[in-house]
Amino acid sequence: MGTIGATLIRTGRRFLSSLPALFGVLVFTFLLMRVLPGDPAVFFASGPSAGNEEIEVVRRQLGLDRSLPEQLGIYLYDVGRGNLGRSMMTGQPVAKDLRQRLPASLELTLTALVIALIAAVPLGVLAALRPNSLIDHGVRLFCSLGVCVPTFVSGLLLIYVFYYLLGLAPDPTGRIDVFASVPPARTGFLMVDFLLAGDVEGWWAAARQLMLPAFTMALFVIAPLARITRASMLVSLGSDFVRTARSIGLSRWQIVVTYALRNAILPVITIAGIVFSTMLGANVLVEKVFSWPGVASYALDALLVSDYAPVQGFVLLMASIFVAVNLLVDVLYGIADPRATVV
Amino acid sequence: MSLTATWSGLRHTVWVLRGNLVTAIAAAAAILLALVAIFGPMLVPYDPVASDVPRALQPPSALHWAGTDQLGRDVFSRLIVATRLDLAIAVTAVSVSFVIGTVIGSLCGYVGGKLDRAVGRFVDVLMAFPLFVLAMAMVAALGNRVENIVIATAIINLPFYIRFARAEVNIRRNLGWVEAARACGDGHVSVVLRFLLPNVLPAMAVQMSLNLGWAILNAAGLSFIGLGVKPPTPEWGIMVAEGARFISTGRWWLVSFPGLALMLAVLCFNLLGDGLRDILDPRMRT
Repeated sequence: MGTIGATLIRTGRRFLSSLPALFGVLVFTFLLMRVLPGDPAVFFASGPSAGNEEIEVVRRQLGLDRSLPEQLGIYLYDVGRGNLGRSMMTGQPVAKDLRQRLPASLELTLTALVIALIAAVPLGVLAALRPNSLIDHGVRLFCSLGVCVPTFVSGLLLIYVFYYLLGLAPDPTGRIDVFASVPPARTGFLMVDFLLAGDVEGWWAAARQLMLPAFTMALFVIAPLARITRASMLVSLGSDFVRTARSIGLSRWQIVVTYALRNAILPVITIAGIVFSTMLGANVLVEKVFSWPGVASYALDALLVSDYAPVQGFVLLMASIFVAVNLLVDVLYGIADPRATVV
Repeated sequence: MSLTATWSGLRHTVWVLRGNLVTAIAAAAAILLALVAIFGPMLVPYDPVASDVPRALQPPSALHWAGTDQLGRDVFSRLIVATRLDLAIAVTAVSVSFVIGTVIGSLCGYVGGKLDRAVGRFVDVLMAFPLFVLAMAMVAALGNRVENIVIATAIINLPFYIRFARAEVNIRRNLGWVEAARACGDGHVSVVLRFLLPNVLPAMAVQMSLNLGWAILNAAGLSFIGLGVKPPTPEWGIMVAEGARFISTGRWWLVSFPGLALMLAVLCFNLLGDGLRDILDPRMRT
């Protein structure tokens, strides 16, 4: 009970301390979009035929005739009510569009994170167990190369190998085959929805579709995760408690996993937050490569037709997710290491 | 610095590099990249923007080392010519954020107080964004031009330099030898410039080299999604974007070669940065 209470207090405090940054993010996105080139009023008034009067009317409708602080106030009020404006491209409220498309992005990012962790932690541990061995050098080489290949290049090369050469992967566009039936959207996560609908075949098809983009994104972040696992495992393996554990004859598995890894995992959690930030960025590129119908490709499409409300909403969403993830990382850190205190 | 000092410094560098073969190779590759960027456009076998439609989409051959693209342009020539633009974007962006970040950071570290807190808040806000997304939004807001890619890349790099310079100056500002310099009548500006900054620079050099690789990836990513550089300008990111349409029909060379160029450039700066760090601070070795 005591620890749960402490964790809650900690979370609350940490949340409060992230509020100023969140407010800054709001102001920043507001300013960012106000300096956008082109007059949205002209754009909304549709077509060069629109007269000055019409443009003026639209401008007043959009609140663009008011002073900047007033506009900021309106913007903050709107965001507070969950109103992110309306997309010209889809004709729908941006918040609705984002909600519809967010599960696709999250499904991709989370799968990639899981793949990356499953690959990176064992690699890092193996490398740390035998420093300067063949495995260690192999992991190091892989890590050095992994961070150098841009996600969009590795994604395209994976398509070339697994779709064109080997024919193992399905057509690399979208989440699901165009002709396949979509399960009723309960969560928006296809992997979950297919299971809920009891459609195993559909689930498998969607999983196959997900694999290439998820691996593309994972490849990019395996390197930092494996590197930090190796480094902190080395420290942990060389420490006194591991020597003691060895001297009292504990099994190798118990020493490595229960004692050394448990203590080495903290830096990995910390870096996972940074890694997640990279992934949110990489998301944009991966969604573009695989025509993945997520929030990033939505924002990109909007960007190209200078429809700015979706872009603003997207940037705000990404920053909020990032702030939330940092909060989560902090809480996890506290659970993994009860000694950690609020800073 | 006298000539002999320079000479011994050079000899020391050579001696260090001999023990760090990888770093030496990376340094050589960086120099080679710079040479290609400077002289490349004069040496290429074909005009990088001249289309030759009858020869479109040819695989690599003796005539066209890296094949031809959908307009029959020579991919190899385009790769070489693109080096200048890609490196220029990265180097300019990193230099700008280095200079501005160091000035702001060391000012904050030295003066402290309100300025420090205000800048700290600003940096926090910047860091609350996923950085690539922030860069994307900034290019969108400032206008779809190459200069704005440079500005956006410089701004997202800024927090690292500000924090770094601030921390390094802050821990040193009250040390004995800094006090001594002040006691000898050095003004604040002179203390910062002559005594504090030189201590920060080596570590900064490491950061810059690592950042260069990151900046290249970032700029290429931006032009891949259609921001900044416009076709037909040869640039690695845009070449990949143009080649992407042909990958599922097996035209691998359009994506692989620009991808390889990106990878090698980034690898070279990363290895150089790691090597420099090892040389400057052996404790940081991982």
